[in-house]
Amino acid sequence: MPEYQNIFTQVQLRGPLYPGIPLPGVGNRERRGTPSFNTWAGIIGDAQVGPIYLGFFGLASIAFGFAAFEIIGLNMWASVGWSPVQFVRQLPWLALEPPAPGAGLCVICPLQQGGWWQIAGLFLTTSVLLWWVRIYRRAKALGMGTHAAWAFLSAIWLFLVLGFIRPLLMGSWGEAVPFGIFPHLDWTAAFSLRYGNLFYNPFHMLSIVFLYGSTLLFAMHGATILAVSRLGGEREIEQIVDRGTASERAALFWRWTMGFNATMESVHRWAWWFAVLTPLVGGIGILLTGTAVDNWYLWAVKHGVAPGYPHYGPPVVDPALLTGGK
Amino acid sequence: MKLPGGIGLRIGAVVAVVAACFVIFGTFHGPQTKSVQHGYRGTGMDLVYARAELVAARADNGLPDAIDTVEPAGQKSSEVYQNVQVLGDIDVAEFNRLMASFAAWVAPKDGPQAGCAYCHGNEGNFASDALYTKRVARRMLQMTRHINADWQPHVQKTGVTCYTCHRGQPVPSYVWFKNPGPASGMAVPTAAGGTSSLLTDPYTPYLDGTAEIRVASTTALPAGDRQSIKQTEGTYSLMMHMANSLGVNCTYCHNTRAFSNWSQSTPQRVSAWYGIRMVRDIDRNYLESLQDTFPVTRLGPHGDVAKVNCTTCHQGAFKPLLGASMVGSYPELIASGSEPPKPPHM
Repeated sequence: MPEYQNIFTQVQLRGPLYPGIPLPGVGNRERRGTPSFNTWAGIIGDAQVGPIYLGFFGLASIAFGFAAFEIIGLNMWASVGWSPVQFVRQLPWLALEPPAPGAGLCVICPLQQGGWWQIAGLFLTTSVLLWWVRIYRRAKALGMGTHAAWAFLSAIWLFLVLGFIRPLLMGSWGEAVPFGIFPHLDWTAAFSLRYGNLFYNPFHMLSIVFLYGSTLLFAMHGATILAVSRLGGEREIEQIVDRGTASERAALFWRWTMGFNATMESVHRWAWWFAVLTPLVGGIGILLTGTAVDNWYLWAVKHGVAPGYPHYGPPVVDPALLTGGK
Repeated sequence: MKLPGGIGLRIGAVVAVVAACFVIFGTFHGPQTKSVQHGYRGTGMDLVYARAELVAARADNGLPDAIDTVEPAGQKSSEVYQNVQVLGDIDVAEFNRLMASFAAWVAPKDGPQAGCAYCHGNEGNFASDALYTKRVARRMLQMTRHINADWQPHVQKTGVTCYTCHRGQPVPSYVWFKNPGPASGMAVPTAAGGTSSLLTDPYTPYLDGTAEIRVASTTALPAGDRQSIKQTEGTYSLMMHMANSLGVNCTYCHNTRAFSNWSQSTPQRVSAWYGIRMVRDIDRNYLESLQDTFPVTRLGPHGDVAKVNCTTCHQGAFKPLLGASMVGSYPELIASGSEPPKPPHM
């Protein structure tokens, strides 16, 4: 009896290489390459690698994505005077930044003043949307539901709110996020500081709930299935149609510990919604910032969300209000 | 249990663990911190000090040997010496003691510079203004007297002397020059902003110029405030400089739930507010007035004079020299009105 209670898959099944089911009308035409077995792939997943199908949308997505990646990377390299050593040393700090706040919504900005950022953003958006089409079409071709595509679209929504929709509403590309590792993190901190602490934004609160909730659900679900895998519990589809002892025990465990349990099917609905709602509500929170609310702390005070605390120490008054300041 | 991959996987695992140890122990501070409550309980108003940094601040902020006080000689310095432009009214014995103190604080004899000769040369003509060092020293003396008299909202009665910044060096260890960053205008690592990607040079706009530091909106709903995220990054960079200069974290001055709110801030924020204005005054009215006095070798890469920021005096301590006052036995270093009036730099 194989055991799955480990951080990696200890048993690798090696049957004949399998190209997948033939699709109606096209057969196996939409898959390319000769499949093979890979031990390392088998440690974390299925040992069979390939065949793959990229097609027009996949190839176009990779081409646009590569172009965006190159534009960002070459601009970063140019910013350190094309020094390879400095490029590697400073890479986490380097950026391709949007047009300056004063430039407003220039349609075609000068290349060195945000034009490259616009091109990189356009290419990256195109790449991401093409990849979305590909995911949607592959799911349709296999006769599946399109859940993965809609979940991906939720992430794209947040991406577009940050980089396109909100800057458009604010009338300035300078409101958008720079490309870069630390620069986009610094931007995030500054964004919260400018708009009076994002933690008081209720949609940010909701997003955190769904994000942390996602990790909790993932931990509960992963742990439950691994815990009953010695009884065949990882064969979820079979367990859904013909509930066996693994499913019974998993359900019983949660009913005992918290009085209620998900089912083999509903737990995935929970997980899907939690994951999808994280960027969905997060994007709403970002979209409202600066457009509908300018200072989330003051907004929270106004609506009784932020509590007051007794004052501590001597009273403090803004010295700029005192005459002359001296 | 048989591991797949055999010896290769085991070697890989060992390499991964060793690499992870380097990342973990090389990146994070140990738990050698000390927390001090600095606000109402439960609000996160805690000062967190790394013990190693406290030890370093103590080591960097010791006092120099005290210089013996003297009995008045009964004669004004201007009656004994020529060309005494600033201190002509004080007793000559006090004057001599102060000059000896300057030498000990700025150009000690046992250092690379030779005491009195650093400003007065070796010709024996102490009245001569030939050396730029003497002309700079005179302006710095005026500055010190002005700070001690007119910037007490920041320096209180503790005051400053030459030693507060110089610490026995002709040029203080922590000064700044203009640094426009790369021509591309894109982000690069910034020491000023606490090794972040924030504004490379927060000193030029905020300490030499009077750029607006307050960026958070003052109204809950939009009312025309167009301060940008980019400007916020500039303020953030300046604040990182201030925190690092004093060896403190944000909560030393701010309640981080509402950084801009004054009524929830600590009294230290008021002191810091005056400090920023004081530094602007020093940089614009004193150091930049010496632009043509300094030789080119003393100027920065962009031709500007060395200027001060918070680190110049504080050097990692919440108060310079950990709050010790040296100005007490030097009343001649406190003199208001010795300067032509300057516009306030708010």
